[in-house]
Amino acid sequence: MPLPWVLVFFHWAGALLLAAIPQLRAAVLANLAVSAGGFLLALFLLGYPEGEQGWTRLDALNLPLILLAALVGLTTSAFSAATLHHEGFDHWRIRAYHTAFQGFMGAQALALLADNLGIMWVAIEIATLATVTMVAVHRTPEAIEAAWKFFILCGVGIALALFGTIVLYLAAQPLLHENGLSWAALRRVAAQCDPGVLNLAFVFLLVGYGTKAGLVPLHSWLPDAHAEGPTPISAVLSGLLLNAALHAVLRAKAVVGAHPATVAAGPFLMALGLASLLLAGFALWRRHDARRFFGWSSIEQMGLAAFAFGIGGAAANLAGLLQMAGHSLIKSAIFFGVGQAAQIKGSQKIADIGGLVASHPALGWGLALAIGGIAGLPPFLVFAAEFRLVTIAAEAVPALLLPLGLGLVVAVAALVTTLQALCFGDPTRDAAPRAASAAALAPLWLHLAVALWLGLAMPAPLAALLAEAARIVG
Amino acid sequence: MSFGQIPYDVAHLLGGAVLLLSFVLLYQRRINAVINAFATQGALLAAAALWQGWVQDATGLYLTALIAFAAKAVLIPLALRAVVRRFDLHRTVETALGIGPSMIAGVALVGLAIMVVLPVTAGARALAREDLALALSVVLLGMLMMITRRNAITQVVGLLSLENGLILAAVGVTGMPLVVELSTAALVLMVAIIAGIFAFEIRERFDSLDIGFLERHRGERR
Repeated sequence: MPLPWVLVFFHWAGALLLAAIPQLRAAVLANLAVSAGGFLLALFLLGYPEGEQGWTRLDALNLPLILLAALVGLTTSAFSAATLHHEGFDHWRIRAYHTAFQGFMGAQALALLADNLGIMWVAIEIATLATVTMVAVHRTPEAIEAAWKFFILCGVGIALALFGTIVLYLAAQPLLHENGLSWAALRRVAAQCDPGVLNLAFVFLLVGYGTKAGLVPLHSWLPDAHAEGPTPISAVLSGLLLNAALHAVLRAKAVVGAHPATVAAGPFLMALGLASLLLAGFALWRRHDARRFFGWSSIEQMGLAAFAFGIGGAAANLAGLLQMAGHSLIKSAIFFGVGQAAQIKGSQKIADIGGLVASHPALGWGLALAIGGIAGLPPFLVFAAEFRLVTIAAEAVPALLLPLGLGLVVAVAALVTTLQALCFGDPTRDAAPRAASAAALAPLWLHLAVALWLGLAMPAPLAALLAEAARIVG
Repeated sequence: MSFGQIPYDVAHLLGGAVLLLSFVLLYQRRINAVINAFATQGALLAAAALWQGWVQDATGLYLTALIAFAAKAVLIPLALRAVVRRFDLHRTVETALGIGPSMIAGVALVGLAIMVVLPVTAGARALAREDLALALSVVLLGMLMMITRRNAITQVVGLLSLENGLILAAVGVTGMPLVVELSTAALVLMVAIIAGIFAFEIRERFDSLDIGFLERHRGERR
């Protein structure tokens, strides 16, 4: 079996194993062990030859994303192990939660690694169903409402993506005989396909996977889903699922873009990206719930990445990839911090969490740095991405610089306001006065350190890999 | 293969019948009738897949047909009936948009599907492109049903009917890899199971399956 499949089935075997473990202590440790094993396997992929292996392929575009996903999966499992006892799960929920978590990890890895677009679709659908059950796990009215919305909206979105996949196959079918949904094969023959059919396929793929990536106007499931369920779910939803969906859009764009006569995909992506940025930037001002707030901030960040890919070209694509990576690392760090704060304060409303720096310095400063990082303040990775994006946009699409700048400024101002509310000022009352646990803080600080390291001194091999990935997107 | 030949005509007839059932789903006023119409649509879909399997000489499609029949015409309708009996839902369907306007909107959507698909696929085989137009119509009508019905059960039926449209599209394209159809069928079952669990939860929490109640529990209004 090729190594990519080993990685996927390792997580899924772990999911089966975890379904059989009812004790909390044993389950969280087993979950951590499976995630650590997945991380090691992902590291082995670095030395694995690039190219197709049947239904999977490994190339410069998915390799950095899979490494990032394995890292975030590992740290999220560590955070989950340190905090899950506060959720008060019975043994059924412990089983369901861990099974869904590893099922999701395997599915999102498959979504990134798949060469066959049909397999990619199936993987994203499995990842969605797994996260829906995790969002609903508390079974409060709010959780049920959020999960139902997630289920129905993403059900429709994913159905449209399958329709797009079928149309894409229809376009290439006269030219391909076997393995007709292979991305590499589709890309090779795209230049001889009928451009009209390719356009039709792209519209459906963009709307379908765009729903999953949280792009406006199909974003409304995202803030609700991020606000419910145990906090580790928000971290993997933001850090992994959105990337897997945007990656699918990029693969579709690369196929359709290979034909010179198709409608340019760039303006569509730029329009959706800009709409996401502007709507989320203003919506951020009206949030009272911390986790919903950062859910909206994910819409804004995905919008920025989509805008960068819409401009196209190696430099802008690189900015988009850096944006995706930076967002994954820092946003999951924020959710680790917010989850920890919400457990201490007994509420996830912004008004109930305040003055963390004074009462819990390690947590407060970590969260403050992470929110600053996601707002694009230097020296973290998101700053590097947004700085590149703005300079490229000024050159390539000067007319759009004004709305882009407006969206960025509005969003940054909202983030800084919330940063001050959450971390500085007078401490609010603790529901359960205790220090933040070191085990739960370690993932937050580790993510900050990685984001800082990549933002200041990206290792040359990784930079070369990302540059090649930017060329693949086209 | 073109108009006037048996393989083409029968494929068209079955595709058209699946679309017709989507309209039937739109004007039902009782939940049991909705479930019956959905089961009939599943059976017709299975027949369409069977026919395509014979015409294209693709044995894999027989399996698709079997799964479609077992899941969509038998298991899911039985499960839905069990939910209706258990919750005593022998009531009329609450609509957000009246039957007449829904039907007019449905006709408009079919027109839209044909106008979108036929011009851009001028190069493809006639059967494939017309099948695609039918399938897109079924997808759009499924969405319309999800928008215009306020009950969790009818929304799920809308989603599953939408997926019928996808399978119709997949079987109509020659040589579509089997794995896609198989996994789609399997996932539909999973979707149905999860939806069923939700139906129990929603009923338990809100004492109704009217999803209008969910609106009150939006996160920001706590």
